[in-house]
Amino acid sequence: MEQISSRKKILILGAGTAGTMIANKLANHRTKYGLDITLVDQASEHYYQPGFLFIPFGVYGREDVVKRRSDFIPRGVTYIQNSIEKIDTTKKEIVLHIGEVLPYDILIIATGAQVAPEQIPNLIGDRWRKNMHEFYTFEGANALYNTLKDWPGGKLVIHISEMPIKCPVAPLEFSFLADDFFKKKNMRDKVEITYVTPLSGAFTKPEASRVLGGMLSERNIKLVPDFSISEVDAKENIIRSYDEKTVPFDLLVTIPPNMGDALIARSGLGDELNFIPTDKNTLQATGHENIFVIGDATNIPASKAGSVAHFEAEILEENILSFLEGKPLSAKFDGHANCYVESGDGKALLVDFGYDIEPVEGTFPLPFIGPFSLLKPTVINHLGKLAFRYIYWNVLMRGLSIPFVGPGVPLAGKKIKK
Amino acid sequence: MLKTIANKEVDVNEEGYLTNKGDWNEDIAKEIAKELGINDLTEKHWAVIKWLRDQDAGGTHLSIRQVGSSGLVDIKEFYALFPGGPLKNASKIAGIMKPMSCL
Ligand SMILES: Cc1cc2nc3c(=O)[nH]c(=O)nc-3n(C[C@H](O)[C@H](O)[C@H](O)COP(=O)(O)OP(=O)(O)OC[C@H]3O[C@@H](n4cnc5c(N)ncnc54)[C@H](O)[C@@H]3O)c2cc1C
Repeated sequence: MEQISSRKKILILGAGTAGTMIANKLANHRTKYGLDITLVDQASEHYYQPGFLFIPFGVYGREDVVKRRSDFIPRGVTYIQNSIEKIDTTKKEIVLHIGEVLPYDILIIATGAQVAPEQIPNLIGDRWRKNMHEFYTFEGANALYNTLKDWPGGKLVIHISEMPIKCPVAPLEFSFLADDFFKKKNMRDKVEITYVTPLSGAFTKPEASRVLGGMLSERNIKLVPDFSISEVDAKENIIRSYDEKTVPFDLLVTIPPNMGDALIARSGLGDELNFIPTDKNTLQATGHENIFVIGDATNIPASKAGSVAHFEAEILEENILSFLEGKPLSAKFDGHANCYVESGDGKALLVDFGYDIEPVEGTFPLPFIGPFSLLKPTVINHLGKLAFRYIYWNVLMRGLSIPFVGPGVPLAGKKIKK
Repeated sequence: MLKTIANKEVDVNEEGYLTNKGDWNEDIAKEIAKELGINDLTEKHWAVIKWLRDQDAGGTHLSIRQVGSSGLVDIKEFYALFPGGPLKNASKIAGIMKPMSCL
């Protein structure tokens, strides 16, 4: 009896990239710490979201990006497939859609972020998924594939609604790949590509913005910065900003606002975008000792990316164990992100940065296959990006770590400016 | 670097944002506003500036959307008050750091 009452219930909400990784890690400590781990997700399919970028151009198909979720549930972890209605932090329990109530000692929220196209007036209507598209969902990426297949050309506008978005380089990559796609189809001269962003340049961080901005102009892609969308005019085919600037399009590829799940709002836990206030170093939810947040669901000033979730998982594992032992949370996340940026023509760049470290040029030390060049398009980086899909399904989602890549930002190889 | 704004010597970063929030006063706000082409700070401007400073003091990462749901102004009015990049400009006038958009 003693033993049973001292067992700890760990409940993980969301079995996507982050939830699966942390479940895998904690599963190793089940016996030692007496953990009952339960993972909840609403969907039977697990998507490799970075692959969505390649679907519109016919590079990846369904089998590359979709697998059965149940294939990735670690041994010894209970999996429940149902949507979560509510989190009750006072009663320390969650309520499922079917009405079942699950109590927890420690809650880990990993419900991610989704696109919210309904936030942009007139985006969703009879032109939606015809000449107005997004590629941040499987459905959207496929609809865009169907449109691009025999699109005769015209004005292509690639547009970001507002920050933050998942994988903030994805829209740039989409632009580079589109340029490449139309060149290979011998119709680049029939397509005018414009990149519209709420940021003041191609990117936020100055050094990367300079390099990536240069890559846009080299490819004859027009940059429209500081554009904050107020609405789409679906009759005139224009997007309009709050200060009355307009950009005309024949084909709009937009990144709608990214928001945390409505569950977070229903539970009164989020900010105005349903992201959960979280300590950027320890990953503990603000004001809730026994709640931790990982992946896209947090409000921390780091990229919303799978690589970030991977580095966070190593920190969170350590902090959860400290918490169980009643010790201070000593592992600190430094905002480490590591993104491959597809530049078209079979090449990619690599950007690597953290809260206090800007993306700079140099090399990324990865034994055996690297070094990868930072901020410079190379073929090896592109192979790195493609290899990432394999690593995702076979290493990360299986709870293994990428050898030699720790959670902190490596400084070796970086040309850091003092 | 040091810069004299409204007869006061203050430290600013390369983009002209005050590095020390305590240096800020209303005269400095008025002068930065003029540099940005806003010659007259109305009551609405001040309400937004004060709100931004309060939010910042509370440690919030600010966004245009948040200003829009502040109950003070909607986003359209915010643009009208601080043309160009409203959050960038309003933050500069309010003497707080440039809001970083996450990468
Ligand atoms: C187009 C695109 C390209 C990208 N490219 C890259 C890249 O190159 N590199 C990179 O590192 N990252 C990339 N990313 C980002 C990466 O996919 C995400 O950051 C990562 O998946 C985040 O993991 P997560 O676990 O936080 O969220 P997710 O993986 O989205 O998982 C959240 C899970 O929670 C579940 N859930 C949510 N709400 C509920 C509820 N109420 N009830 C039950 N279940 C719920 C969902 O079903 C989902 O399975 C890309 C993303 C996109 C969209």
